[in-house]
Amino acid sequence: MKWSEFFVTGEPLIYAADVAIVLTMVGIVFVLTYFKKWKWLWNEWLTTVDHKKIGVMYIICAVLMLFRGGVDALLMRAQLTAPNMKFLDAQHYNEIFTTHGTIMILFMAMPFIIGLMNIVVPLQIGARDVAFPYLNALSFWLFFFGALLFNISFVIGGSPDAGWTAYFPLAGNEFSHGVGNNYYAVALQISGIGTLMTGINFLVTILKMRAPGMTLMRMPMFTWTILITCVLIIFAFPVLTVALALMTFDRIFGTQFFTMANGGMSMLWANLFWIWGHPEVYIVILPSFGIFSEVVSTFAQKRLFGYKAMVGSIVGIAFLSFIVWVHHFFTMGAGPAVNSAFSITTMAIAIPTGVKIFNWLFTIRKGKIRFTTAMLWSLAFIPNFVIGGVTGVMLAMAAADYQYHNSYFLIAHFHYVLIAGTVFACFAGLHYWYPKMFGHILNERLGKWTFWLFMIGFNICFFPMYFLGLMGMTRRMYTYSADLGWTPLNVVATVGAALMGIGFIVLCYNIYYSARYGERDMTGDPWNGRTLEWATASPPVHYNFPVTPVVEDLDAYWVMKKKYGGFQVKEEDLKPIHMPSNSGRPFWMSVAFFVAGFGLVFKWFALAIVGALFIVLGLILRSFEDDDGYYIPVDEIKRMERAARKGA
Amino acid sequence: MGEAAHRYDGTLPLEYRTQESRLNILGFWIFLGAEVALFATLFATYLVLFQRTGSGPTAGELFEVKDVLIETLLLLTSSFTCGLAIFEMRRGRLAGLLAWLLVTLLLGAGFITFEIREFIHYVHEGATMQTSAFLSSFFVLVGTHGAHVSLGIGWMILIIIQLLQRGFTPKTARKVFIVSLYWHFLDVVWIFIFTLVYLLGMVI
Ligand code: HEM
Ligand SMILES: [Cu+2]
Repeated sequence: MKWSEFFVTGEPLIYAADVAIVLTMVGIVFVLTYFKKWKWLWNEWLTTVDHKKIGVMYIICAVLMLFRGGVDALLMRAQLTAPNMKFLDAQHYNEIFTTHGTIMILFMAMPFIIGLMNIVVPLQIGARDVAFPYLNALSFWLFFFGALLFNISFVIGGSPDAGWTAYFPLAGNEFSHGVGNNYYAVALQISGIGTLMTGINFLVTILKMRAPGMTLMRMPMFTWTILITCVLIIFAFPVLTVALALMTFDRIFGTQFFTMANGGMSMLWANLFWIWGHPEVYIVILPSFGIFSEVVSTFAQKRLFGYKAMVGSIVGIAFLSFIVWVHHFFTMGAGPAVNSAFSITTMAIAIPTGVKIFNWLFTIRKGKIRFTTAMLWSLAFIPNFVIGGVTGVMLAMAAADYQYHNSYFLIAHFHYVLIAGTVFACFAGLHYWYPKMFGHILNERLGKWTFWLFMIGFNICFFPMYFLGLMGMTRRMYTYSADLGWTPLNVVATVGAALMGIGFIVLCYNIYYSARYGERDMTGDPWNGRTLEWATASPPVHYNFPVTPVVEDLDAYWVMKKKYGGFQVKEEDLKPIHMPSNSGRPFWMSVAFFVAGFGLVFKWFALAIVGALFIVLGLILRSFEDDDGYYIPVDEIKRMERAARKGA
Repeated sequence: MGEAAHRYDGTLPLEYRTQESRLNILGFWIFLGAEVALFATLFATYLVLFQRTGSGPTAGELFEVKDVLIETLLLLTSSFTCGLAIFEMRRGRLAGLLAWLLVTLLLGAGFITFEIREFIHYVHEGATMQTSAFLSSFFVLVGTHGAHVSLGIGWMILIIIQLLQRGFTPKTARKVFIVSLYWHFLDVVWIFIFTLVYLLGMVI
């Protein structure tokens, strides 16, 4: 790497980005200094181990990444609007679809879901925090600095450009010389480690920290989906860890895993990637199913239909998700026997998924439906997701896939499941739990504007792509010629993308607007909720529950309201509450990971070793730490409870 | 963290007595589950690649039986002494615990020394990580295990220091117990390496 190549140059867009980044940083530093907020930032956020604050930080990052990935998407759509456009060149287009895909899945969808689960799961099970709060902070900061490392690639050194799947040999040294794909390997590794720890953390939390009386079959559906998602994470992410490590070895230390010569096998990468990758799509969709289940049953004001079947189908989907990965490369040439087997397992997933769809429909049936924004997203999910699912079954037919493979038909399919599934769920969850997070409701009117703009835009954007695919347009092509006849549908698609962009802007405005003028939630239970998170104040006091709630049935809080008129806390039952202490170490250890990663990307091994030494130092300090947290005395709890409940 | 975090339950072994410890131990078991997935992936990679030797040596031409046998013996013994350490801990004997931990640690260090020697030997014969897909996967699989063992040694040293400073507490007991789980796990992985890498390599 020459110094002259350190900063990316030559593109007006990049220079604009450079300026924007510098200005933003200066702006942030200025605001923090001017309002004397540095200490607040450190004490309240950077060192926090509170699951609710960590969740909020995840969501903020996810929204920022949605913005970044969305800008990438709009740039691509702009380039494809008309034939022979000169807006982006081939290389730039490659970089953009790569970062768009990677960011949307790993740095937008995942953290959004993990953010929601951080906020909601401990509350839903009546716990004070997660099992390992310190580890939870470390998970977040590893994700954060992994994402940061990935994002700086576009101004320093150059972005990865081999697709989010980074197939070899394209992603190897032979065909990708720059540091771009090193960024991919290292940044994903860092944030992946964080995700793995989250998986372990929440599995233990859900298994061991449920409130008395909450048996497994009385758990809220969202918690169920998270439980199973954690299992997926625990078995899928190590595969990614290994795959990325091997990629790193190939790219940085010259090994021969996936190379063309000396025995390397490039299809091994594709297999490892998708052995992680397919469960990964379920890692983002199962929690989404959980969110829809909560929202649908709350706003249909009915108990979820077919609870046991729901649980069974989640488990079934999770199991199947590990044995379908070959459907991503039927064209590899594995032969009819192998392809048929994977074809059948893939189609089988439609069965438990169908069960869930019918359960939601039956939950809605004869319900007293309230059409809130969260409910609209959930209702829209059902038909849109079904379109994605049906086209998925079409793709699952191996013989037919030889036609669809890597065409815009595929692009349309996976956006239909990822957007109508995960993104709709994130928006539904955001609106639904927003009062719990911040104490005020997102404006419903603006929320509905976002919904209609985004949902209609989404269909205008992606529905035509099915036909573009059937007409022969392949994915990842940066331009096309006029006589192919693809222009009209491409224009339509771009219009749809613009509508989605406008919808997103309305959402951002709504966040600002509601913070200033939004209706405050004084009750803690704005939607007449059914599960325990609504038994706390909005936002909850940092210890969540003054006394541990006792669960008598499914929909614990609903039952409490019916039987006892709410969650009753007697002051004489209060006992001192044990809470974990804050720590700055997760933060600075993750900085060390960042430094080490940066060193690796550029093969500056001295820097990498310095970073690694600090990581080891952090581990040693943690081992010797003798901090057992602290107790909140009863008087203090009484005072805080009165303050939190004064509106109720 | 509930009030339960520090509730003391005297009927269980020391390492299980606080809620926090129980959570930690379960968490570690789950972590080991993830480690199983990790090593399984490395083994799969190795088995896919081990006959793809390119222009480099094959497994049969390369492996040093003597070194590998010594390594195996050292590591298996260390797992046994680690078990003895836990046994001493359950009997409440700090000195015995420390002694057996120390033995375990030295055996582990012996294992690592021989492994490094073995690797250096291969490299001198021109068989490096970069030579062929077989060697890449060999070095990464066996090296990952070796790195785990080295980490375990460092970790045990930290725990020994803490035992010297603080003696038996629910916390130190838990740490000893967890590191022992880790150590036995690495032993199991080594058995697979011994069979699937070395024995298989010398047979085929
Ligand atoms: C918000 C509106 C979105 C638009 C307009 C959009 C548009 C696009 C376009 C134009 C492509 C590239 C097609 C090609 O040239 O191959 C693409 C690829 C992709 N998108 Fe999106 N997308 C959006 C949202 C999302 C979301 C939310 C996700 C994931 C959660 C996602 C995941 C992906 C992935 C994985 C790829 C493949 C990247 C690759 O080929 O390596 N997109 N998208
Ligand atoms: Cu798949």
